[in-house]
Amino acid sequence: MADTAKPKGGTARASTAKRRTRKDTTGLGNEKPETLLDYYRQMLFIRRFEERTGQAYTQARIGGYCHLNLGEEATVVGLMTALQERDYLFTNYRDHGYAIGKGMDPKRVMAELYGRTDGVAKGWGGSMHMYDTETRMLGGYGIVGGQLPLATGAALAVTYRGGDEVVMCQMGDGTTNIGAWHESLNLAKLWNLPVVFVVINNFTGMGTTVDMSSAEPELYKRGAAFRMEGERVDGRDVLAVRDTAARLVERAREEQTPFLLEAWSHRQKGHSVVDPAKYRTEEQRDEARSDENDPIRIFDAQLTKAGVLTDELRDEIAASVKAEVAEAADFAENSPHPDPSTLFDYTYATPVPNESRRMPADPVFAE
Amino acid sequence: MSVITYRQALRDTLRAEMVRDENVLVIGEEIGVFEGSYKITEGLLKEFGPRRVKDTPIAEEGFVGAAVGAAMLGLRPVVELMTINFSLIAIDQIINHAAKIYGMFGGQTSVPLVIRTPGGGGQQLGATHSQNIELFYSFIPGLKVMAPSTPAEASSMLRAAIRDDDPVLFLENLGLYNSKGEVPDDYAEPENDDAATIGRAAVTREGSDITLIGYSRMAMVANQVAEKLAEEDDISVEVVDLRSLRPLDRQTFVDSVKKTGSAVICEDDWLTYGIGAEIAASIQEGAFDYLDAPVRRVAMAEVPMPYAKPLETAALPSIESISTVIKETLSAVGKRVG
Repeated sequence: MADTAKPKGGTARASTAKRRTRKDTTGLGNEKPETLLDYYRQMLFIRRFEERTGQAYTQARIGGYCHLNLGEEATVVGLMTALQERDYLFTNYRDHGYAIGKGMDPKRVMAELYGRTDGVAKGWGGSMHMYDTETRMLGGYGIVGGQLPLATGAALAVTYRGGDEVVMCQMGDGTTNIGAWHESLNLAKLWNLPVVFVVINNFTGMGTTVDMSSAEPELYKRGAAFRMEGERVDGRDVLAVRDTAARLVERAREEQTPFLLEAWSHRQKGHSVVDPAKYRTEEQRDEARSDENDPIRIFDAQLTKAGVLTDELRDEIAASVKAEVAEAADFAENSPHPDPSTLFDYTYATPVPNESRRMPADPVFAE
Repeated sequence: MSVITYRQALRDTLRAEMVRDENVLVIGEEIGVFEGSYKITEGLLKEFGPRRVKDTPIAEEGFVGAAVGAAMLGLRPVVELMTINFSLIAIDQIINHAAKIYGMFGGQTSVPLVIRTPGGGGQQLGATHSQNIELFYSFIPGLKVMAPSTPAEASSMLRAAIRDDDPVLFLENLGLYNSKGEVPDDYAEPENDDAATIGRAAVTREGSDITLIGYSRMAMVANQVAEKLAEEDDISVEVVDLRSLRPLDRQTFVDSVKKTGSAVICEDDWLTYGIGAEIAASIQEGAFDYLDAPVRRVAMAEVPMPYAKPLETAALPSIESISTVIKETLSAVGKRVG
């Protein structure tokens, strides 16, 4: 079992993961096989979905920026299974897996990537802006740190109404240096808001390492300035992530106070699909892509050793995932493009006089 | 009718909306215990308590963004930014988030947020506290920008802003807070539904010789100019108060220019790329054949605002400078000049 405190040999260790590694040789505790297989399938689904996304991007079916969750699958599934359905989620732009994990229909996520009318945001958002009020995934945000004040405010609305929902706010390691981080964590603690801020530490913000950008690179400690408890978890371990996140989510709900969670894992590829990641040494690249750092291979080996995953089941799951991803891509491919006549449908929620509906070559005053 | 200040109109209307709608809360620096830097929130903490009157740390990006997030879940926050200069610290949340969330996510979630903030120079506050940067927000689709110039407008427009489901930048003015004007007797009643129409300008004084266009404090000054020129020079100035900077009601001022044949724009912001530039461009497109003279703009001198009073006064448009430009314009078209 991996050390939960990989970055800089920090001291925080996820107790649940330790407990499991001490008491059983599989590291799986008393989990039901169907739960384990469900997580395995979800992780594999995100892997294949993202691979298909990368492929569609290089085929120019998907435009814009495109950031994948490859290597982050255990973190995504662990975090999403720690939330209740009624809980809210805000994320950064690396959001496809989270959208699916929170319950969005993968077909509609893929259709959004393709910019089609059946996309979760009707083709208005694209890769970085998955959003769905039904499943309470309140965005994918493209501006680093932009989601932090929003998540804080969503939690304020929850407490204003006396609700018992928790808000999870995901971000990357680079976000911990932006002003919105400090302002939001301070407000959340000051106002006793039920938010769990989750830092996905993949050691690199684009090409800038955590050591290059953070004076305190032990990111989970950075809540200390706000008297906010922080924990670090091995983000390659789906059960450790789930247990740690669930504990913090439920504490946030019970104690009405925010928490900080750092989950580390390796970004298998570049920052986005088009980034060849040349700033990495060969050694760093090999480490990021190695089997021992691949959450799916880790989990596969655990489940196989425990007898939960058989060759037959593995093939079955792989085939069903493959089919479902293909179905999502087909659905996206066949979904209609938005019609230019809908261009002005979503500028304002309350219509008022003199809203501009001028097309680029139109005169200002239409006769 | 009763006569009250612009400040009182804002304060009482805000209170009435809080009584009317439980979802309305106010958020900002020094608005509770301190009762507001300009006392617009006076008495609100006492009446509504800290749940609905939220004092914040000095963290504009954080609390403006938090208000956006709260609005996404259906609350109707009214944020106070101490002056529009401080909005620069929150500009990512205003422009990249509040203005985008409705459209960017395909119309799933509206952001019923009001950001109240005063602009205005002339208070000897120096370069960083005297800017008029409403243009930044007026430029952005997804935002609505309102700029009342009288107590009656302040009341009916704030009511409209709070009841609107979109993010509204509500521009107040330091130079207007103590100005007085008539308001309907029931302006402070929670049952009052007299809300202004966002996106409409108003002709606040009819005239025939020239059109003078302004907004916020400059709309008030425009009426003073018109009064003075009527009395002293027998010039008939028609005044258009833009009231809404986005959406912009071009038709109202273009119709006025078609009637008068010339236009002067007075604005408290800088001239180059300023709001007046958009107005002038609209006039040339909408009333080209009616123009008897070039459209002139009277705007702030293009310097960081100095502290020293004579320098500050010289930098700002005044009744005198606007009157001069009106006379020059009329003289250019061969109309009589007093």
